Order: sequence, then structure tokens, then C-alpha cells
Amino acid sequence: MTGAAGTGPAGGHGFTVPVLQLGDVLLVTLQGELHDGMAEQLQQDVTDRISHTRVTGVVIDISGVEIVDSFLGRVLAEIAAGADLLAARTVLAGMRPAVAITLVELGLTLPGLRTALDVERAMELLGAASRQGEGSP
Amino acid sequence: MMRAARHAAPATLPIGSDADLAWVRQQVRQTAAELGFGLVQQTKLVTAASELARNTLVHGGGGQVRIIPLDSGPSRGLRLSFVDTGPGIRDLEQAMTDGYTSGGGLGLGMSGSKRLVHEFEVDTRPGEGTTVTVTAWATAVPPSRPGS
Ligand SMILES: Nc1ncnc2c1ncn2[C@@H]1O[C@H](COP(=O)(O)OP(=O)(O)OP(=O)(O)O)[C@@H](O)[C@H]1O
Ligand SMILES: [Mg+2]
Repeated sequence: MTGAAGTGPAGGHGFTVPVLQLGDVLLVTLQGELHDGMAEQLQQDVTDRISHTRVTGVVIDISGVEIVDSFLGRVLAEIAAGADLLAARTVLAGMRPAVAITLVELGLTLPGLRTALDVERAMELLGAASRQGEGSP
Repeated sequence: MMRAARHAAPATLPIGSDADLAWVRQQVRQTAAELGFGLVQQTKLVTAASELARNTLVHGGGGQVRIIPLDSGPSRGLRLSFVDTGPGIRDLEQAMTDGYTSGGGLGLGMSGSKRLVHEFEVDTRPGEGTTVTVTAWATAVPPSRPGS
């Protein structure tokens, strides 16, 4: 595990998952190909970061993810369950329509995972909009 | 618009690591795109491929996938054959049940993949290995479907 606040990498294989702290919220941005080992490492890193920073929310941006299979789905659900035990709420943001359609047929419904159309709405859902930036109408 | 892509050739890829799974997903997507699969169809097939390749790796102890473009007839399809020489599946009906897992999974890989493709076939022998073959067609309706 690494430093306290700010950005920090997660994962191996010469590829990192950016984890950014925005006020009370951790923003995790998943992109492209996520190897199984990276996904598991991410789960541990995010849980560590929640306990160190005491954030109250986690937003996982999956707008750059082309597929969610049962493995990644389980990792996401477990991140949310771990966050929940540490009193932080998780919102999954930006799922692509093709991914949503596929998940339904796969039978993976991700119960207990809140979703939002994009990161901005996810932040609003967590009541953290004011911390992210000012001047919204 | 769709232009006639060069004929995609069959390929065999190893399944022995996490990185191989990622490579299989990429190759399946690319081949499906070349064959004219739409985005949702690509996503479904790549997701099924990810599930089955992971089963080959995790439950079958590794193996390979054969990627076979089907574009000789009027409709285009893609057939994927996942082959391992692992322990085999003793109770196939159980393995095909939503939620059944012998490990810590969700038990959705087999049953879920079956829903994501048009044809799904398992050949497994205890002690000898497992081959799962799936086919998806680029058309909205598969050209022929056996029985009901
Ligand atoms: N290639 C294989 N060789 C041996 N057993 C297999 C193979 N593929 C599947 N199985 C058996 O079938 C079961 C169901 O597979 P399925 O993919 O549906 O679930 P899972 O892999 O356990 O969990 P997940 O939801 O993460 O995929 C497995 O737990 C395993 O016992
Ligand atoms: Mg599986």
C-alpha cells in the first residue's frame, strides 16, 4: 500500500488504475483491458485508501470499459461491499449501453451497486457536487 | 456502411495467463468487427469469450482457443472453441445451472455465456478435458436453429 492522499496507482503488469481523491470522494477510473490480477489489486487498494482517507463515497468510472464479465462484476460488487463496511457509498458511473444489455443477459445484475449515467451525476448522487467545483447553475 | 473486409483467417491462441485472456478478448472483438458484428453483438460475444477462456484457465488448467470465422454462406458468424485437457466436468447439468460454482465464482460463466450466443456445445470427459464451442451470427436472427 502507498501514500495517503492524491493520486495513486493500483495494479501491476505495467499498467495502472488511477485513483483520485476529490474531497470526500474517491474517483476510480477503469479503462480498457483490466487483467484479473489488476482488478484484485484494485479492490485491495481502494479498500486501503478508504480506511486511510476516511472518504464517504467512491465513484467507479467504467465509461472506458468495453466489457464487464462475471469476474470484473464480482470485483466491483466486492469493492462496494467493502466500502459499505467502511461507511462509504459506491456509485458505478458511465456504463456503456452495450455493456448494460450484455450484463442483463449474462444474469449479472449487481444488486446493491448504485449506478449513475456519468461521473458528474454520480458525484451529485453522493451529495458531493459542491466539493467538486463551483458555478453549476 | 459496411465494406467487405478481407477474409478473416482462423487462428489458435494459447490460454495460460491473465494476459492471454486479455489478448483473446481483443482478438475476438477484432475478428467479430471484421465480420460485421454490431457493437452489442461484439460485446456479447467478447463477454462470453472472456467467461469461457477464464474457465479454460482456472478450471481446466489452461489450454487454447480456436477462432473460426464463418463467412462462406450468406450469413457471417464466428465460432470459438475453448479446449483444455483438465479434469473435465463431472455433472454438466449442474455446471450449466445459474449460480453453481465449485470455486469462489458467481457461477454465471457457463449459463450466462450460453445466453449470449446462438449455439453452445460442451464436450467433456472426466479426467480428459473439456471443449466448449460457441457460435454467434452477425445477423439478427441465426440462419438455422436446431429443434426448439
Ligand atoms: N473447462 C472446465 N473444466 C473443468 N470444470 C469446469 C470448466 N468450466 C466450468 N467448469 C465447472 O463448471 C462450474 C461452473 O462454471 P461457471 O463458469 O458457470 O462458474 P464459475 O467459473 O465457478 O464462476 P464464474 O461466475 O466466476 O464464472 C465451475 O465452477 C467448474 O466446476
Ligand atoms: Mg467461470
